[in-house]
Formats: sequence, structure tokens, C-alpha cells
Amino acid sequence: MKRPATASILLGLIPFAASCFTVSLWDRIYPIVFGLPFNFFWVILWMILAPVCLWCALRIESRRQLASQGKTGGAARAVLPGEQGGAD
Amino acid sequence: MSPSLIALTTISIIVLFGSLIGFAARRRRQMDLEQWACAGRGLGLVLVWLLMAGEMFTAYTFLGASGWAYSRGAPVLYVVGYWPLGCVVGFFILPLIWEVGRNHRMQTQADFFQVRYGSKLLAAFVALLGVVCLIPYLQLQLTGLGLIVEEASYGGVTRTPAMVIGFALVAGFVFVSGVRGVAWVSIVKDLLLISAAVFIGFAVPHFYFGGIGKMFAAMVRQKPAHLVMPGNTPNLGHAWYISTVLVSSVGFYMWPHFFAATFTAKNGDILRRNAVLMPLYALALPLMLFVGLTAVLVLPGLRDGDLSMLMIVRKTFPAWFLGIIGGAGALTAMVAAAIQLLCAATLYAKNLVRPIFAPRMSEQQTATLSRLIVLVLTAGALLLAMYSSVSLVSLYLVGVNGVAQLIPGTFLGLFSRRATTSGVFAGLATGIAIAAALTLSGRDPYYGLNAGFVGLCFNFVVTAIVSAFTRVRVASFDDVPAEFLAAQPGALASLD
Repeated sequence: MKRPATASILLGLIPFAASCFTVSLWDRIYPIVFGLPFNFFWVILWMILAPVCLWCALRIESRRQLASQGKTGGAARAVLPGEQGGAD
Repeated sequence: MSPSLIALTTISIIVLFGSLIGFAARRRRQMDLEQWACAGRGLGLVLVWLLMAGEMFTAYTFLGASGWAYSRGAPVLYVVGYWPLGCVVGFFILPLIWEVGRNHRMQTQADFFQVRYGSKLLAAFVALLGVVCLIPYLQLQLTGLGLIVEEASYGGVTRTPAMVIGFALVAGFVFVSGVRGVAWVSIVKDLLLISAAVFIGFAVPHFYFGGIGKMFAAMVRQKPAHLVMPGNTPNLGHAWYISTVLVSSVGFYMWPHFFAATFTAKNGDILRRNAVLMPLYALALPLMLFVGLTAVLVLPGLRDGDLSMLMIVRKTFPAWFLGIIGGAGALTAMVAAAIQLLCAATLYAKNLVRPIFAPRMSEQQTATLSRLIVLVLTAGALLLAMYSSVSLVSLYLVGVNGVAQLIPGTFLGLFSRRATTSGVFAGLATGIAIAAALTLSGRDPYYGLNAGFVGLCFNFVVTAIVSAFTRVRVASFDDVPAEFLAAQPGALASLD
């Protein structure tokens, strides 16, 4: 089983930091952005930015997958007894 | 034609059309358990996306998001906030779950625990937890369906016949077509629901205030406290927000039917791409909040906030449009209920009845039993929905907090080599006991924290302590011994 790369995990933590742990910083009405109170604007913004972060993580993961497939001669099956140790 | 008749005709056409597609999805497949519960692991990106979106956007979301915006105000932001974060978690764990699922031929969430921890009892306990947590959720869909049809037909059809007809159709297409039927019905339902939600989200604030921005400007003038946490509630503040968003997003895929949907995908990469796209689907959700907030100013003093969306649509638009909303809502409830039924039935037959009471049951017999249980569960949920009272919502909350307790077992199962069977079992039992006790005694939030979160903290601690003092039987999915697989019929065959 192949664990995700550290870089992509860090990318995944960005939305958590921005739209969950920091709630006290952004839960306010002003400044009003595009007619929305700031907290509404911020939460909706992260519905769009979270996929952007994930898209970057997807590129990292796909590249790693290609690289590991190249090493094992393009094996179609992800888990073969020989490559389990090297996956971590 | 009277408005009631017009609306009712529209609703019936939509619901019948959706159900027909569900029945037609069977085509000429032989329905073994693998095909029925996992669609033969053959769904591509689009169908997986629709299936998962169909599971998440339930009647409860449809009515509840606007309802919470109406009755509680800013705390409703958690509904919008946890969604993308749940997708982030899914991005990382679903491909791994899919991979072990394929390698060990899993069909249910309990199978995961069975294979990883090698305990029939733990698996049966997980299955039981799943079924118990799904029943109130199922009932909520039923009640939602009844409410939607009753309101949308101007009282022309009362909730009981609406629930009976809707659920007879659901049980029918689940029985015949299994999970593939559900995915196809989702297509109709999604097209309708998203376009309806986008339309009313913009149109309702525009109709009364001249735009969303102007609606908010009026809210800021008249009810500014409604727009920041804790809104119209005494105790839903920032600590509650963080703990609830954490439990809901990390626990997102702990619902047995979400977990099992993973296994329908053709490959793990589909699940990753699915997670990238999923938050975009939810962009319709904030629009439902705007409708609820408009209702705060236009229709103050409604007894039941969950009706605010339907009431304001009824006040604003002609009957045929109300019919479309009603049809979309009813279909939404049906799709969500279908998946829950299917999942509960499979769990019950495969992980409870067979291993504990009837070990000799064949794969085909298990499939037949699952399909029969669909009918039994439908009847049971119907009776409960007709005769039970307000405690429904609190039961649902117990369900949410209950399934979240599967987080340690799942994550440690994937990433840790130190978690033991007894550790996970003990942690799970502790977490459930605490979360259920707090929720049922009305102490959620507990000191400002989500009750499921409190249970989860204890759960992790107990899992860690008990694991430290017990022996590790299996360290990871890579070295599951053959005797565990033997308890999982079909598993060995897949390894050839």
C-alpha cells in the first residue's frame, strides 16, 4: 500500500488551517465581499480553493504513481509481494 | 386545473421517470452480491461522482441547510465548511481503502474490520453499529419525503400515502437493480436538484430584495447577530464549530454507505479525481442558505424552520414550479434512502447473519437474503416514520456521532502497525458509550464541544492504552494471514 507524499498531505492541510482552525479570525460580517458577509464569503471561497489544493496534490500523486510503475516495469497491479516494503 | 393537481402531476411525472430509470439500469446482469452491492467494481468517474454526490446531498441537506440558516443563522456555515474538508480526507484515504478492498474482495465496511483485525465479533459489532445508525437516517429521508410531497402538493397528498408510494418505488428498484440502479437515478435527480437549487438560490433573494447582496445588506441592518456565530443559538460558538467540522469531515466516509461506495469504483485514481471535483458539486449548497436567510426576513416566525425553503418557494412561484421542487426533493430522498437501504441490508446479511448464525450460507443465498431484507427494512422504517415522534433528529445525531467512532479503527488500520484488535474494540465501545450518553441526555454540545468529538478523544486514548498492553495480531493489510481470508469467501480466489 502506497502512502501519500508529504507534500500532498501538506497541501491537504491548507484548507483545514484556513477554514476550520482559524474560525475566530474570519467569523465576522465586515469587510463585506461581493455583497457577502466576510464569514460566508470565506467559507464559500474555500469550496473553490480546496479543489485547487487537491488538484495540485493529484498531480504530485499521479507523477509518483507513474514513477513507481516505471520502476516495476509498468505492472498493472498496485500491490505485488516484492514492492510492499518499498512503498512507504 | 387546481394548483394542487398541477403540482401533484409534476411531482408524479418526475418520480415515476426517475424510478423507471432505476429499474432499467439492471439490463441483463446477473445479480450476485458483488454486482448488487458494488456494481462489479466497474463504475467510472461520472457514475461514482453521481453516486457519492447522491449519497451526500440528501433530503436532510436539502431542507436542513435552509432550515438551519433560518432557525440558527451562522452556525449553519459548518454544513458548507465541512464538505470540502471531507473531500480532502477522502482524497487521501479512499484510494487506500479501495486498494485493500480490491485485494481482499471487500463489499462492506465491516469486511474492512474483519480482514484487518481478524475478528468476526468486531466485524459484527461494526455492522450492527452501521445498521443501527442508518435506520434513523433512513427514517429522516422518509419523513423528509413525506413533508416535501405534502407541502408541494398544497396538502393534496398527505405524508403517509406519499411515504408509502415513494418507498415502495425505492424498495422496488433497489431490489431489482442494486447499486447500479441508484447511480443512474442519481443522474436525473442531480440535474433537477442542482438546476432547481441554483435557480431559487438566485431568484428568491432577487424577488424580495433585488439580489443576494441586497438581501445580506438588509440582514446586516435588521439582524446582524444572526450572521455571526453563535447566531440564534446559545451555545454553538467557535469551539463547537471546530470540533463539529473536524468530526464531520474526518467522519465523512465513516458512514457505512459512503465507505461501501468506494468499492464501486473501477480504480483508485477515479476516487482521487472524484474528491477533487466533489466540492464543486456542493456549490449549490450556499444558495440554499441564502434562501433560508431570505425567509428570516420575509416569513418570520415559522414553527418549523425545515419548512422555510418550501414555504418561501410556495409563496413566490407558480404551482408547476413548486411541483418541480417537490419532485426533485422527493427523488433526492428516494436516492439517499435507496443507498442506505442497500447498505444496511448487505451489512446485516453478510456481516451479522452469515458469520454469527449461518456460516454455511453461500454467496448467492447471502445476496438473496440481502435483497429480502431491503423489503423488511423498508417496512420497518415506514412504520417508525409513521408512529415515532420528535426524537428522530436526536436519534440522527446519535447516528452521526456513532459512526464517527469508527475513525480510529479505520485510520490506524491503514496507517499504524501498533493498533490491536482489542484496542480498537475497546476504544470503539468507549467512544460510542460516551457520544450516545452525551447526545441522548441533551448535553451536545458538551462544554462547547461536539459530543462526537468528546467521544472520539476518549476513543483514541482507550485504543492507544489497550493496544499498548495487548499483542498485535496483524500489523497491516500487507500481512493478513490466510486463515482470516478464509473467513472471507471469495477472497482467496481473487489473489490468484
